[in-house]
Amino acid sequence: MVLSHRLGEWAGHAPVLEEEVALANIALDLLGQARVLLSLVGDEDELAYLREERAFRNLQLVEQPNGDFAHTIARQLYFSVYQHLLYERLAAGDGELTGLAAKAVKEVAYHRDHAEQWVLRLGDGTEESRDRMRSGLDALWRFTGEMFQPVEGLDSPESGVDWGALRSSWLAAVTDVVERAGLNLPAGPQSGGWAAGAGRQGLHTEPFGRMIAEMQHLHRSHPGASW
Amino acid sequence: MAAVTADQTTQKTLGTEDAVDADRVAAFDAAVAADERIEPRDWMPDAYRATLVRQMAQHAHSEIIGMQPEANWITRAPSLRRKAILMAKVQDEAGHGLYLYSAAETLGTSREELLDKLHAGRQRYSSIFNYPTLTWADVGAIGWLVDGAAITNQVPLCRCSYGPYARAMVRICKEESFHQRQGYELLLALSRGTEAQHAMAQDAVNRWWWPSLMMFGPPDDASSHSEQSMAWKIKRHSNDELRRRFVDICVPQAEALGLELPDPDIRWNEELGRHDFGAIDWAEFQAVLKGNGPCNEQRITQRRTAHEEGAWVRDAAAAYAAKHAPAQSSTPAPAPNSAPAHPVEETA
Repeated sequence: MVLSHRLGEWAGHAPVLEEEVALANIALDLLGQARVLLSLVGDEDELAYLREERAFRNLQLVEQPNGDFAHTIARQLYFSVYQHLLYERLAAGDGELTGLAAKAVKEVAYHRDHAEQWVLRLGDGTEESRDRMRSGLDALWRFTGEMFQPVEGLDSPESGVDWGALRSSWLAAVTDVVERAGLNLPAGPQSGGWAAGAGRQGLHTEPFGRMIAEMQHLHRSHPGASW
Repeated sequence: MAAVTADQTTQKTLGTEDAVDADRVAAFDAAVAADERIEPRDWMPDAYRATLVRQMAQHAHSEIIGMQPEANWITRAPSLRRKAILMAKVQDEAGHGLYLYSAAETLGTSREELLDKLHAGRQRYSSIFNYPTLTWADVGAIGWLVDGAAITNQVPLCRCSYGPYARAMVRICKEESFHQRQGYELLLALSRGTEAQHAMAQDAVNRWWWPSLMMFGPPDDASSHSEQSMAWKIKRHSNDELRRRFVDICVPQAEALGLELPDPDIRWNEELGRHDFGAIDWAEFQAVLKGNGPCNEQRITQRRTAHEEGAWVRDAAAAYAAKHAPAQSSTPAPAPNSAPAHPVEETA
């Protein structure tokens, strides 16, 4: 839901008309997935619009501001590869998310392809695009570690997810794309102590509060109204 | 593409329209008279081509500028369902822009060229998008009234004499009708909601009604392109005729919505079998058209900024494509439509 919101901010600002379509399309897929997930837990709008910042459990990665197009693509690469690998495993598993994952994995495969194709183009495009792609990948690297903290409810063997294996598959896949683009992933750890798992505990980065203030404002201004 | 280029070359060597074989003019006129479709490779008068490029470009520009007032509410949509609907709609609009630019390109222009003209203020977009979306209800009013007016205008274009335009309109009108119903439904939810929501809906209708009527263009006696466009069967109905049709459609819909149209002069005219309505403020229309509406500056600046800030991305994609192009193409392909044989006169 949070990443969908961020991608929605691109509407009317994309570098080319085809990307208006593509980014909105990805945003819509993600919003659709979020609505299914939220509805499994409760009322989707109550959960989206009436929780405060500390109650959100999203990864810090997805709440990061869009930055330039390369920054957005770096965020998308890190997340889409992760989501694709995760959903593949969930779809093959036996947990309550199997159905959702089986449907979503097809959408996410497309998101992953879109991000990978752009990483190749920006990395292996012009000097400027290479620099920008590199900065995007570098800037967001520190938020990737928390993706592999086992998610509550998905930490049992029947969920189909082996988090350690997921981490190494992800690293291999992302490294492959980035190297094919003529770039390298940043050296060093994937996350500092603070960022690791922070989002899952409701600890967010500062831009997130402003994002949900905007998102929730209208809904909260009319308590009890239906739309 | 090659065929189009060849055709343009022919046109160029023939020079001005005066030199064109009278048979071709006769064949064109006969095809139009017989309601046949003119296709990209067919001969057509220069002025017909220019009119179509102008109109289709304006139409395409309106789709992409029209994304802005609605996208303004994506991040604030009050429910996830409404947010999904709005995102899908804005995405559709980008898609409509793409269809229309492609259709315009069959006439020997290019998307890049048309966008450059838009950014330079040499081609227009619909004046309606120079009004701001101040509340969530505006999203509904745009769906109901603005898309409604667009559909009234565009359904006859599905029978336009130029084939690519007519076919684009068939696809676009289907999606627009869907958007219009969603806008109506949004307003209905507000109108039947809390007092504050109802007031929000009424305020939006008050602000969007008159600008929507202006979407049909100047009155018939002041419409410079109408007569020729109707003769060429690009247009099928006059501005005033479509405007009256729109009012007739909206009056019962407003009643069903429980909202008032902000025109005390609207009443049923038994004799004419249609609604009379009040006078449109044409001075406001002209001001908006001349760039002095509430959002003209903002809209074009955002469009230019998106384009300029995206230049490095487009450059990267082009550089990548050049590096990874198949090796066999030793003769470089000519840039598509880089030199249109038919420069288009601008109206702005």
